[in-house]
Order: sequence, then structure tokens, then C-alpha cells
Amino acid sequence: MGASQTHSEHKFQDLVDKTGFSLEQIINLHKRFKQLSGNEDTISRENLDSIPALATNPIRKQIIEAFFDKRNQRQDEVGSFHEIGFEQFLMVMSHFRPPTLKTTEEEREVMRREKLRFLFNMHDTDSDGTITLDEYRKVVEELLSKSGAIGLEAAKAIADAAMLEVASTNVPHMEPDEFYEGITFEHFEQILKGLEMESRMHIRFLDVNTTTMHCGK
Amino acid sequence: MAELLGSSSVRSGRASFCLRVVGFVLLLVFAAAASASRDISNGTSKEPNPAREEDPHHRSNTTHHKKAFPVLSFNYEHVRTPFEISLWILLALLMKLGFHIIPRLSHVVPESCLLIFVGLLVGGIIKAIGEKPPILDSTLFFLYLLPPIILDAGYFLPIRPFTENLGTILVFAVVGTLWNAFFIGGMMYAVCQIEGTGLGGVDLLSCLLFGAIISAVDPVAVLAMFEEIHINELLHILVFGESLLNDAVTVVLYHLFEEFAHIGTVTVADAFLGVVCFFVVSLGGILVGAIYGILGAFTSRFTSHTRVIEPLFVFLYSYMAYLSAEVFHLSGIMSLIACGVMMRPYVEANISHKSYTTIKYFLKMWSSVSETLIFIFLGVSTVAGPHSWNWTFVVLTVILCFVSRMLGVVGLTYIINKFRIVKLTKKEQFIVAYGGLRGAIAFSLGFLLTNDKMKDMFLTAIITVIFFTVFVQGMTIKPLVDLLAVKKKKESKRSINEEIHTQFLDHLLTGIEDVCGHYGHHHWKDKLNRFNKAYVKKWLIAGERSTEPQLISFYNKLEMKQAIMLVESGSAAKLPSTLSSVSMQNIQPRAQPRGRIIPRISKGREEEIRKLLRANLQKTRQRLRSYSRHDLMIDPFEDNMSEVRFRKQRVEMERRMSHYLTVPANRQEAPPVRKVRFESGSVKVTVLLNLCRCLSIQMYNILFSCHVSSVLTSEAQADFLRGKKC
Repeated sequence: MGASQTHSEHKFQDLVDKTGFSLEQIINLHKRFKQLSGNEDTISRENLDSIPALATNPIRKQIIEAFFDKRNQRQDEVGSFHEIGFEQFLMVMSHFRPPTLKTTEEEREVMRREKLRFLFNMHDTDSDGTITLDEYRKVVEELLSKSGAIGLEAAKAIADAAMLEVASTNVPHMEPDEFYEGITFEHFEQILKGLEMESRMHIRFLDVNTTTMHCGK
Repeated sequence: MAELLGSSSVRSGRASFCLRVVGFVLLLVFAAAASASRDISNGTSKEPNPAREEDPHHRSNTTHHKKAFPVLSFNYEHVRTPFEISLWILLALLMKLGFHIIPRLSHVVPESCLLIFVGLLVGGIIKAIGEKPPILDSTLFFLYLLPPIILDAGYFLPIRPFTENLGTILVFAVVGTLWNAFFIGGMMYAVCQIEGTGLGGVDLLSCLLFGAIISAVDPVAVLAMFEEIHINELLHILVFGESLLNDAVTVVLYHLFEEFAHIGTVTVADAFLGVVCFFVVSLGGILVGAIYGILGAFTSRFTSHTRVIEPLFVFLYSYMAYLSAEVFHLSGIMSLIACGVMMRPYVEANISHKSYTTIKYFLKMWSSVSETLIFIFLGVSTVAGPHSWNWTFVVLTVILCFVSRMLGVVGLTYIINKFRIVKLTKKEQFIVAYGGLRGAIAFSLGFLLTNDKMKDMFLTAIITVIFFTVFVQGMTIKPLVDLLAVKKKKESKRSINEEIHTQFLDHLLTGIEDVCGHYGHHHWKDKLNRFNKAYVKKWLIAGERSTEPQLISFYNKLEMKQAIMLVESGSAAKLPSTLSSVSMQNIQPRAQPRGRIIPRISKGREEEIRKLLRANLQKTRQRLRSYSRHDLMIDPFEDNMSEVRFRKQRVEMERRMSHYLTVPANRQEAPPVRKVRFESGSVKVTVLLNLCRCLSIQMYNILFSCHVSSVLTSEAQADFLRGKKC
């Protein structure tokens, strides 16, 4: 008992250094991990599927997929896992940390790029580095899926208009027979410049400096 | 040489125009001053014409004294009040116009300063003539001048940043104002106790009352100032939200201290009741506003056949919310804000586009007029009111206000930053503290005080603080903002990509919170949204728009805006949003076989096709042919979205064709553009006129029938009496 505890603390200390969370947060998240996995060491897609609150979320498939995406582990691999361990779980969670008062301008840039990369990976399902029109259409369809029977027509029109906007902001002058392959990561960054991703894409309790609240239950 | 002459003539032309404006304005001022006096009205009212019906038997008696029929008579008393009011408003608006004509003035000096200055001038002139200048009457201010400004602010309040920063705003509003009031009141009392200042007569409760009046940040002044400096959204919403929400605190403190100042002593029970009163006032105000808001939204569900009166419902329900809250001494401002916020999403889904434009322009117009009048009257009242200047008191007040504001903001931010994600930097704290202006609310509250002895001194101090904040802080904040390089407001429009990703982020963050098992902001917001969609929208939104998701309504609005812009520009080649040559064909995947050959068309044929396309585009703009009080012509824009989309597709088709056609598009845009623009402007004017005429004709009908019936009954009585005599 004693040996395993020190072993886990040691592991947690590693994780603190790797992911930047505090020890308390890692312990909280570990508790939740154990809850989700049914006291196993790994989670599979079925475990996440069974969370009741996620049932009403229109993009739950993408969210679950994001946990198992190798590209989000910051190790330049492609593909997806079958199951993930606690460390991979934490890596995905670390994308949702907010900046602090001490974060410098360059660090903010890096953070913003990371978060945008996460979003990009969620859209780019075939991992080819661009978001094609079909993939974007799928994104909008999923967004509108839980909102009743609107029909694919509206989703298509919206996705087309959005794609047109991206193309016209990034490549203003195209000949009529040129074809816009898809949204690359640079274009993606460009169009979402105004959203200030580093301050919007965060979960409150993952901030190290604010008073942390308990998660779980 | 020619350029020099040209520019100098322009400048001299402008200068002479300015002189003419100034001369005309002075004339108006004299007229206003003259009308403010009573002597003129007494001396010149001759025999009024309507009196003729009232004594018919006089006519039979006048044999030797036959008057000549008065071709022209002067009856000023009859129209005096509306005439004066209109004159003042006209003066205010001409002043506003004048400032924007003089080129560099509006950049250096904020408009509120100029208006107060004009008020001082007018007040001085009136006093020099020997008349008594009018004072900013508190009833007039609270019941007529303040509501339009607050409604304008509340209806167009940006909800997202407001709710994201609500905690911070509440802390500043409640705790900050309390701190200000007690600090200023306490320090004033301490200083008044010192011998030698001659202020020994001011007791603690009066000081606290004074502190309560002067502590609140004023929404009117803040709005007027922040509008000009274009600061970033976060700071704007912090200071502005604080100025709106501190009304509850001010109301409670004011009534509390006023009551106690009469009684003389305070007990613990009274303090406890004060706290309870605060919750009642603020929550009660919000509740009243929310009820009226829901009523308004519900009413708007049924207005699809009487579109002309839709804007009136919005205005009247909001005004009733304000008045109802004032009846119970609840916070009228919070009630008004709650009503506007509650009503807006549902009303906007129900009303027509024209009504939306009407509401927007009417609110902006009324709030602009109110603001101008308030500042001018502040200036006039300064000249008019009885003053009692006490150096110590006034200077101390100014210094204390500034110091307490700084300390309050810095101290509170230190605590708040522990709970915020996006922390407030020192520069931002400084701007928040520096932007705490006092304004007309403080003045009106001070005016409502009953104690004569200290009232004058208080009023003088209040006016000095207002002047200091508006003039000194108002004028220097713009250069300070530039100096400190504070972030300015983003001017970009909302794009559809941003909208998609905002929604996507919302769902993503909710999902991650669910995975963590953490019930945070996003979880509850999501629950509220689902409740809203499932139940509330079905009740309050008419027809099939109740199930429309937000993304689609955003997209439809965007399409409609683009289509309107398109038709206004009159030609297909000028889609303003896409300055690029990218069109749909560039992004569609190449499913068609390549090498599709378009047959070459002769130039004459090209022109024909182009003319046909353009004519079809312009034909669908219907003019308002019949004038009916009750309805407007059904506009193809609003009632037929597919028509709009079809039109847009036609535009796309023409653009695609123009890539292949060799003749460049003829520049025929000049006459159609001008005509179209005038028509769209006249649509708005026609809507407004429709509204006014409808109203006025109905009122006239009612009043006329009343008048006739009263006249008839009195005539019947007179006949009866005469009958009896004879």
C-alpha cells in the first residue's frame, strides 16, 4: 500500500512537470479518471459514451474522438488510440488551461496556436492537414443535428458561405478555374484571429491560480 | 494657386456658415429667454377665437360696439408650454449640429463639456436679461429625460460580455459604491468636526447622505464619454455595467439616510432592514422588469397583422416597467434594463425588419435628445441655482471622490483578480477608476433634498464634482487612453466562421466539463439554453421561427443584410463583402467534367442578357403604392426568404457569366443608385410618419368627440336656462 502510494505520487510529480497542472488538480482529475474507467487503468470510447450528460451534446462524437486522437498528444504522431491512459487523458485536458497574469505575450501566442490546433484536429477528420468542404459541411451538420429537423440544405448553405468567406479572406484573387483545396492551419488561424482563443477556450477549474473547485461526482 | 484659392473659399464659406448658424442660434436663445418670462404672455393675449362659441348671447347685445373682424391675432398663452419645450429641444439639437460642423472641436473637447458650456452661456444670458432661468426639475429628469437613455442602453446591451463579467460588475457596483459612500461620508464628518472650518452644523447622517448621493457613477455621463473614446469591450462593459447596477445601492442608501436624517438616530435593526431593503429593491426591480419584458414578448407574437404599432409595444412596456418600479420605490433603472434584456431576443424574432429599424432609430434619437437636454440644463441650473461656496467642503469633496474611487477600484480588483480568468491589468484598473464620472443623477438627487441650510452647500459641491469629472476627466481620458496604449474596440463585423466556432466552442466546453464531471458555467448555461429552446421560445415566438436554431437565424440575417446591400448598390458587380474575385465555383469540388466549352456569344447578345438580368434584379423592389393607415405593403424581403436566396443565386450567375463575357459591365450605376438609396431612406421615414399619423388621428378622434359632447351638453344647459328665462 505504502509503496504504491509513493509510486503514484512520484508519477504525479512527473505529470506536474509535463502538463503544468498542480498536484491537487492532478489528484482530482485522477479521481475522475478512475470513476470513468471503472477503476481500470485505461478508458475506452464506451466509457466516455456512457456519460449521461454528454447525450444531449450535438458534437459528442467529435469530443470523444478528440480524446483518442494521437495528434493531440503533442508528439507528432498520427492516428488514433483504442484506449488511453491517465497521462494521455491529462495531455488532452491541458489544452483547456487558461493563461495567467504572468503569461508573456509569446507564451500566449503559443497557447493560442495550441488551442487552435486542437480545434483544427477536431475538424480535420482524415488527418490530411486541410479541412475540405465536405469536412466543414459535416461540422455544421453536426452542430445543427440536435436542433430539430432543419434539413441538410441549410447546413450545406451555411458551410458553403463560411468556406467562401475563408477563401476570400485568405486568397483574395483567384482565377475562375482555380480551386481552393481546403482550409489549411494558417488560414484557420487567420479567420479565427478575432476570437482570442487563449481566453475563451478554457475550463475554469483547470486554472492553477484561481481557487480550485472539486470535480467529480 | 487655384487650389489655395479654392480651399480658402471653402474655409471662408464654412466660416460664414458658422456665423450664420451662431447668429440664428442667438436669436433662438433670445426667443427662449423671452418666452421664459411671464410679462410678455400677460400683455399680449387678445380675445381668443374659440371663446366665440362660449357666449353667443354677447353677439346679440353688441349693437353700438361692433368690432372689426380680427384678421390676424396673437395668442401666445395657448401654445406656450409646447412652444417652449420645442424651442429648447431645437436649441439643443442645433448646438449638437454646430459642434460637428466645426472641424477640430469635437476631437479635442468631448460633446458633454461643450453642451454644459452652452448651458452656462444660455443661463448667463437669461440671467443677464433679468429673468429666472429654469432649473433641471427632478420630476422632469427622472420621469422623462432619464428613461430613454437607460432603455437605449439596456435594449442594446451586449449580453455575452455582460454575463461573462457579471460577478466583477456586481462587486464594483455594490461593494464599490458602498465603500465610496461610507468613506466620503465618514471623512467629511471627520473634517467637519475640526474647528475652524465653520462646518460644525453638519452632522454624521447628513454627511453620509451626501456621500451616498455623490458616490454613484452616472450612466449618462459614462455613456457620453465612452462613446467617443472607443475603448475595448471589456472595460466599456465594466464601467457601464457598474453605472447601471449601482442604481439599486444609491436608491437604498439615499432613502435610508434621508429617513434617518429626519429621525436622528440609527439602530442595528434599522441597519439590518437597510440590507433587506437593498435586496428587495434590486431583485424586485429586476422582477418587475422581467414580467413586463415577457408580456412585451408575448404581445409581439401576435402583431404580424399590425406591423405599424410594433415598436410602440416595446417602448410602452418598457416605460411602464420603469414607472411601475418607481411606484414602489424599487430601482427603476434595473427594471428597465431587465425589461429590455428579457424582451429583446423574442421580440426581434417576431417583428418585421422595418420595425426593428424603427425601434433602433427611435431609441437612439430619444436618448440623444435626452442626453443633450440633460447637459444643457445642467449648465443652466448651475447659473440659476442658489450657491453657497465653502472652500473646504468643496475642495475636500473633489479630492475625496477621486481618492476613494482609486482606492476602491484597486482594492476590489486585487480581490476580484483571484477569481477571474482574464485578469485586469494595472492600466485597465486605472481606466476603470478614471472613468467613474458623476453626472445629472447626483445633481437631481441633491436637488430633492429638503433641508435648505445645507442643501445649497451640498448642491454647490455636487456641481463642482460633476464639472470636475466631466471636464477634467472627460477631456483627458482620450489622450490617456492613447498614451497608455489601452486596447481599443475591434471594428470588425461578425463573420459566419466566428459564429460557427463560437457555438462549437460552447458545446465543446460543455462537453469537456461533463467529461470532468464539473458543473461549471458552461453546464448551467447549456441547461438554460435548452430550457429556453424547449419551453420559452415556443410560447413567445410566433410561427415556425420558434424552432429555428441560432446559427440559422444568424445566417439568415447575414444573407438579408447582404441582399439589401446588393440591391441598394444597384448593380451586380459590386458585392461589397467580397472584394475578391472568389466565387462559389472556386470552392466547389470539381465534379463536372473539365473542358466545358461555353459557346461564344455576340456582343449584342451579351448586352441583351446583361440587361435582362439587371432588370430582373431591380424589378422586385416594390414601391409603397397605396397609403393605408393600417398596413404597409408586404415587403418581398421579409416574407419570402427563398426569394432572397434566389436573387442572390442570380447574382452569382451573372458574375460567373461575366468571367466569360468579354464586354465589361457598363457603368450605369449612377442614377439607379441614387434613386434606390432615396427610396430606402424614404421607407424609414414613411414608417415613422405612418406611426405618428395613426396615433395622432386616433387621439384627435377621441379628444374631438369628448370636446363635442361637452360643448353639446353645455349648450343644452344654456338653452334650457334661456328657455326658462323667456
